[in-house]
Amino acid sequence: MWNELAGGALIGIAAALLWLGIGRIGGISGVIANIFLINQGHRNWSLYFFAGLLASYPLYVLMAGTPAMQMTANKVILVVAGLLVGMGTYIGNGCTSGHGVCGNGRLSIRSMVATCTFMVFGMLTVLIMNILGL
Amino acid sequence: MNHKVLKAVTPLLAGIIFGLGLLVSGMNNPAKVRGFLDIFGDWQPALMAVMVAAIAIFAVAYALSNRMKQPWFHSIFHRPSLTVLDARLLIGAALFGIGWGMVGLCPGPALLDIMTGQVDVLLFVAALLVGNRIAHYSVGPAK
Repeated sequence: MWNELAGGALIGIAAALLWLGIGRIGGISGVIANIFLINQGHRNWSLYFFAGLLASYPLYVLMAGTPAMQMTANKVILVVAGLLVGMGTYIGNGCTSGHGVCGNGRLSIRSMVATCTFMVFGMLTVLIMNILGL
Repeated sequence: MNHKVLKAVTPLLAGIIFGLGLLVSGMNNPAKVRGFLDIFGDWQPALMAVMVAAIAIFAVAYALSNRMKQPWFHSIFHRPSLTVLDARLLIGAALFGIGWGMVGLCPGPALLDIMTGQVDVLLFVAALLVGNRIAHYSVGPAK
């Protein structure tokens, strides 16, 4: 539980730094959308954030070794899920970071509704896949 | 350092800290995330602590910002302007939730896990980017 609390604290500090430093919401769906529009100069921060995100991985490996990571190898599930995550976060304007961390931290009703919705659908999806044996 | 440099260094540093947070907490691990979502089965509730800690810290920062005229290195706070609860929000969040439950990757961990070098992660991220563009060209940005 301490790892989870510490990791969550780091995520909160990162979002706080982005907000207090440059006035931007640390939402990864927003970062992805911005990367498609990077020719508009005011979105450059997203590229720096993305670079930092990638850089964190070797830093972590140096300090703590290779992190655990297990995922389905079913290509159909991977592609369908990727499409759904890409479409859903664009249509719903946010994901676990933008709605889940920043939106809830701002006490935004919209983000609370979005968070409850994606949590419930995520839980039901795992349940249904378990029943189907996927 | 002048503001131009800090405007680049701040998001870079935020990205590093954000990624370390995902890795320290195990949010980057799809198996762990799916265990957290498996409330009707072998539920592993520990990831709840990630959300609680992150939200609490950001809430304090946001409250602080209400007393500031502007961010440290930028002219304005880009406050989200949408407040409407509509079908678009619910449908988007539901689609995202289904995709998230299927694999256990949300966008941040998906981008971070590119660094594992696994082809399956690249496949997921490619599909995610295609999904983003499909929604962009069919539904368009929210107003």
